[in-house]
Amino acid sequence: MSKLVISAIGPASSVQDGGRHGAQRYGLTPSGAVDQLALAAANCLVGNELFAAAIEIGPFGAAFTAREGAVRIALAGAPRNADISGRAVASDTSMTLADGETLTLGFARGGSFSYLAISGGIAGESVFGSLAVNARAGLGSPYPRPLQAGDELQTAGASGAAGRRIDLPAILEGPIRVVMGPQDDEFGEAQKKLFLDSEWKISATSDRMGYRLEGPVIKHLHGHNIVSDGTVNGSIQVPGNGAPIVLMPDRGTSGGYPKIATVITADLGRFAQIPAGRGFRFRAVSMAEAQAEARKFAQLLRTLPDRVKAIESFDLNIEALQDANVAGAAVSAVDAATWQIPSADALAQD
Amino acid sequence: MAATLSPPRILPSGDSAITVEFSRNIDDAANQRVLALDRILAREPVSGVTETVPTYRSLLVHYDPVQIDFGALSEKLVALAQLPVPPTTKTRRWRIPVVYGGKHGIDLEDVAKTLKTTPDDIVARHVAGDYRVAMIGFTPGWSYLSGLEKFLHMPRRKNPRLLTPAGTISIGGVQTGVQCLAGPSGCWDGPPLEPINCIAIPRSCWNPATA
Repeated sequence: MSKLVISAIGPASSVQDGGRHGAQRYGLTPSGAVDQLALAAANCLVGNELFAAAIEIGPFGAAFTAREGAVRIALAGAPRNADISGRAVASDTSMTLADGETLTLGFARGGSFSYLAISGGIAGESVFGSLAVNARAGLGSPYPRPLQAGDELQTAGASGAAGRRIDLPAILEGPIRVVMGPQDDEFGEAQKKLFLDSEWKISATSDRMGYRLEGPVIKHLHGHNIVSDGTVNGSIQVPGNGAPIVLMPDRGTSGGYPKIATVITADLGRFAQIPAGRGFRFRAVSMAEAQAEARKFAQLLRTLPDRVKAIESFDLNIEALQDANVAGAAVSAVDAATWQIPSADALAQD
Repeated sequence: MAATLSPPRILPSGDSAITVEFSRNIDDAANQRVLALDRILAREPVSGVTETVPTYRSLLVHYDPVQIDFGALSEKLVALAQLPVPPTTKTRRWRIPVVYGGKHGIDLEDVAKTLKTTPDDIVARHVAGDYRVAMIGFTPGWSYLSGLEKFLHMPRRKNPRLLTPAGTISIGGVQTGVQCLAGPSGCWDGPPLEPINCIAIPRSCWNPATA
């Protein structure tokens, strides 16, 4: 059994998977990866189950070292500079980390969270069917807390399979789509319009429980108290100070502030990846459109394995072709004079 | 079928959950209907429903929109919610030791001031209550109780507290509750803390249906 040792890691990094489902009635929040598509893509690349546990890496850099054998890994999600002993590593690919080698990751660029999947998964004891860390509840495995430098993750050894890459559809640009409700009737028309027409930013005080939004103050029609009811990932609640909070996978399973709208399933990961401080907007869509998008998203997740390709060793490499100077060595089938391979000197004069 | 019960409101909670709302208020009859619909769905599962979360006044039904769409599920839920309420299962009485005020109840003084009475009066009234676990939610084991005396109703905090300790007993709006884990709260963590570990209470006993 090899292991991946965490040599450096920033905050907001933890082991996450598809989530802990079925116990919300006891207040047990689902947790799980904030970007399920990126989690599934990383797992797919190393042949794991789509929603197996992987390392969710926050916006800062990190470094991982293979010990006691090689480890096969894949990186997906927010792009960042990555290298293994000086060789650059592309996002959305799998690679083998030889015993003693270190994968070094830079800051996330154009997103917040990356996923590092390990072939054979992460060894741990599942709690309510999941390894996902819920730091507040002290749940998760192998560490029931965010990851720290020095932590070790046990895993199956590397199979030595060729590198793979996954071609994901381009990430949709544009507003984050929402379905209005369940308590949009707690807000007047002008306030709903203000919510939909304004530019918002994610506050730096956001976490896996909720993303606090900065923008205009949204006023309630009848005050900010409702009798607590159930929440979902993407519920947008508006507390008394009028600054909306979008509930994330470590959310409370119920809440007592009116919920003006809900982020659609297909946009949850895209929303989670918006870096703090970057402007974005919401757009209301119909239930029919939201569910059509949810079905398309489910279809995309199901067919992810079909998008994995071997990285061809004979990939066209323009630099290599130029180095080989193939053009200078061309021969003509009808001109015997060219059948002689030119000398290096002759080529140098071209 | 004699549909004598009023239809619930069907509220969309995004594309994968429906809030079946029986009342906007804390109301025992509504809570009984919530728990009844929850039991019906447990007994006769509707294909595509993945999880249900009973609350004071509504049942949150999580579902997979690949298997069933909003319209079809809404119709089904409205029909099931109007079936006669089956009798409740046996309940169990719990006595919770509580320490009020001081460092264990940081908001007790403020609560008394806001309600224009003494801390002792707040404590006497809160202790006198006969509460029922109406729902569990927010964080693991957070028990929302019904039965809070009207005098003690308080608006929630304008700015939620980022952290309240485990074991805190709070008042928020018309609700009171027992918190088992440290976490953020929009409530007045007035009446306060105690030396029990709620999470140690077996979940099967501490259940909205039986507590």
